[in-house]
Amino acid sequence: MDIFIAPLKFYSNVLLQNLIKELSKRFSSSIHVVDIRLNIDNFFSIDRKQYFSTQIIAEVMKLTDQYNGKIILLTDVDLFVPALTFIFGEAQLNGKHSILSVCRLHEIFYSGISNENLLLERTIKETLHELGHNYGLRHCIDWDCVMHASHGIEEVDIKGITYCNKCRTKVEGYK
Amino acid sequence: MDKKEKILIVDDEKIVRESFYHWFIEDNYIVDTAEDGETALNKYAKEKYDLLLVDMKMPGMSGLDLLSKIKAIDKDAIIILITAFSSVPTAITALKNGAYDYVTKPVDPDELSHLVKRALEQRALKIENIQLKESIDEIIKPDNLIGESFQIKKIYELVHSVSRTDTTVMIRGESGTGKELVAKAIHINSGRKYSPIITVNCGALAESLLESELFGHEKGAFTGAQFRRKGKFEMADGGTIFLDEIGSISLRMQIELLRVIETKQFNRVGGNELIKSDFRVITATNESLEDLVKAGKFREDLYYRINVFTIVIPPLRERRDDIPLLVNFFLNKFSSAMNKKIKKISKEAMDFLMNYDWPGNVRELENAIERAMVVGKSDSITVDDLPFHVSRNYLELPGDEKSLSSMEKKYINRILNESGWNISKTAQILEIDRVTLYNKINKYDLRKLE
Repeated sequence: MDIFIAPLKFYSNVLLQNLIKELSKRFSSSIHVVDIRLNIDNFFSIDRKQYFSTQIIAEVMKLTDQYNGKIILLTDVDLFVPALTFIFGEAQLNGKHSILSVCRLHEIFYSGISNENLLLERTIKETLHELGHNYGLRHCIDWDCVMHASHGIEEVDIKGITYCNKCRTKVEGYK
Repeated sequence: MDKKEKILIVDDEKIVRESFYHWFIEDNYIVDTAEDGETALNKYAKEKYDLLLVDMKMPGMSGLDLLSKIKAIDKDAIIILITAFSSVPTAITALKNGAYDYVTKPVDPDELSHLVKRALEQRALKIENIQLKESIDEIIKPDNLIGESFQIKKIYELVHSVSRTDTTVMIRGESGTGKELVAKAIHINSGRKYSPIITVNCGALAESLLESELFGHEKGAFTGAQFRRKGKFEMADGGTIFLDEIGSISLRMQIELLRVIETKQFNRVGGNELIKSDFRVITATNESLEDLVKAGKFREDLYYRINVFTIVIPPLRERRDDIPLLVNFFLNKFSSAMNKKIKKISKEAMDFLMNYDWPGNVRELENAIERAMVVGKSDSITVDDLPFHVSRNYLELPGDEKSLSSMEKKYINRILNESGWNISKTAQILEIDRVTLYNKINKYDLRKLE
């Protein structure tokens, strides 16, 4: 099953290319970049100055019937769901679509210092994490597994960058 | 990860319910939702939830109302309230009403994750604590208080009814009947069971020591009092004090005791601070307090104060039917403790035990079995394994079995069994010839036990 990356308000081509390279090493599936023409400003909350991820996914679902595989939306904008202050990403459990924001994966967001290598590592982890949810995985108790819950950036950094043996079996095409 | 915890999310806003729902589902919880308080109450009545996340402001039943209603059903329910904005009065109201905590919407995911984890861990610990306490109840059950006789059943009933009250209890019975076990049974079946039962053997201590033992002392109160020490009454706070051999205390101490039992207040020896303690009093005696009162050795007012509810434990000789049960209990107890495989007792040995008068009561029986287990060589206890003072009165048979022929029959049978039915050896021990022995065996219809 192929993996389709759809940038939405995503402006770092270097990060995108590096992510594709890394995913290609890990998956036997083909990795594609697709252009989904969707103005996500409609899902911007003026109060919160964030974008409502669930609504974005709902809208994208209407536009992506032609893609047979998993679709991950990649964005620079900050995401939210109404109950929580922010989210790194959202995925349909056992579904086709997910969305990942790199807004809070930038080290500059926390320390004011840019670190591109760390950004790539975090992006890989969260992409694998959201894809894992698409393949039906819930959070894993193993800190070395990328499916471990990460509700803050520290946990993203602590957890592993690959699936544990148990989770790996559920992810189609993972080498 | 395979969590079993079940969370109910109660919020009138669908998008909030859904976002919480998906977030908790990914975190391996079992999640259910309700759009209002009524629905939540209905769901709670049908299913148990480990944690409820409740929006404070909902149309109809508010979050606080729902909190009160759920708490009325289950005071241990864990409820986290969600408020639109943070305010101290809101927090105070929520916490006063029994909420575990409150969070402000939108919630920081990290904060929510930790809060929910902590709440559920505390709940798990609480449940584990209750289970442990229940298992402690099992362990400290006074298991020596065994019997099926009507006398012992009556004692069970009395213990059951009095343990639910705070009434002062007096336990009477001969030495070794198990007065302390009955006191413990009352304590562990009472509301005071998680506090200690403190036992004081009033007869074992001199008056001056008893005073310090009961009330404690301050540093320097007397020679050798190098540190302040709590007394037994103070240690029994919340629990029970068991005053054994109450009849042996001096008249001066009786006055002190009466005052403390009535006021639940006292001073440590050498101290001015008034100590308060909440204790229940159980006393025990094997003496006739009535005779002591008549003789002027026991204060009448104290007698009436402690003799509110009396339990009389009969001596073992008056409930012989319980002896086999007790013997089996002690056999199992000591075979486990000594790692010995003796699980049986020969019929002869049991007959001895049934016919013995047991002046030392259950304690003596326990000691007899323990001793037999130590010396026993085979897989069952025989008469020879029993202590001398028990087997000595083996021939003191009750009732119509005191005839010479009956005694002869039992004695020959015993020696035959002891020699493994070796006729020559038995005849030699009995100092009779083999023919006479055969005649006796035929006369008494003695048979080798299989």
